[in-house]
Amino acid sequence: MNANEPAPGKKTTVERKSERELVITRTINGPARIVFDAWTKPELFQRWWVPKSSGMSLLSCEMDIRTGGTYRLVFSHPNFPEPMAFFGSYKEVTPHSRLVWTNEEGGEGGAITTVTFEDRGAETLVVLRDLYPSKEALDEAIASGSTGGFSEQFEQLDDLLVTLGASARLTYE
Amino acid sequence: MVQYTKARQDTSFAALSDATRRGILEQLGRADASITDLALKFHMTLTGMKKHVGVLEQAGLVITEKVGRVRTCKLGRCRLEEEAAWIERYRQLWDERFDEVDKIVEERKQKEKIDERK
Repeated sequence: MNANEPAPGKKTTVERKSERELVITRTINGPARIVFDAWTKPELFQRWWVPKSSGMSLLSCEMDIRTGGTYRLVFSHPNFPEPMAFFGSYKEVTPHSRLVWTNEEGGEGGAITTVTFEDRGAETLVVLRDLYPSKEALDEAIASGSTGGFSEQFEQLDDLLVTLGASARLTYE
Repeated sequence: MVQYTKARQDTSFAALSDATRRGILEQLGRADASITDLALKFHMTLTGMKKHVGVLEQAGLVITEKVGRVRTCKLGRCRLEEEAAWIERYRQLWDERFDEVDKIVEERKQKEKIDERK
């Protein structure tokens, strides 16, 4: 086994569990109480939500963390002339164990995100579920190419075309 | 999940298992074409060609668009490949996020320890 690989179970996994659901898991080395803080205290949340590799900067972050409260995150990216806002509301906030929020920037097709924090001894299992309203909504999110990370790469698709012997260049509208 | 992925793969593999359908993909790789064009090129009836295109469309390998009386076919994005690539990018995004959460949590743990000693 490669020494650089994280210990099993620690690794981040993403799975499309059904036609309209994505599930992300990861174990964090610390109690749920502290992990929950990192998700719900704006000053901590801002430190991790926007990874450097995304190329984005967080311009503002408003989080009214309570059931029924709303949030609004505004980002900028060198490739986009205008800042982008991500917003929604908290449907459930249960300290140290569960967060549920809506993602409303995309209109009707937005997912409901549920995050659970489970104490496992000294560690915490974090499970995040993005539940889309329909298969089409999740397919569309995937087809848009955006993960919120803005790295549009479709080399794998081109590889497939080479395998097919097609000399085409695909255009991704 | 396994069953689900497999069903999708089967659709793509079934679509690609036929020599005519692979030929259609090659042809569309060069230029978009109408069903009529394709039928002529592959010496088939319109109905036969419609069936093949239907199978490719089902697998997401071809998309068709009807303008007036002509249905134009072009290469689609292969959903399976595209989805796998997207999921991997999404995983990397979350992996980076969680690595940062790990650091923050570690920092807080240390801070608590120090506070306890006071």
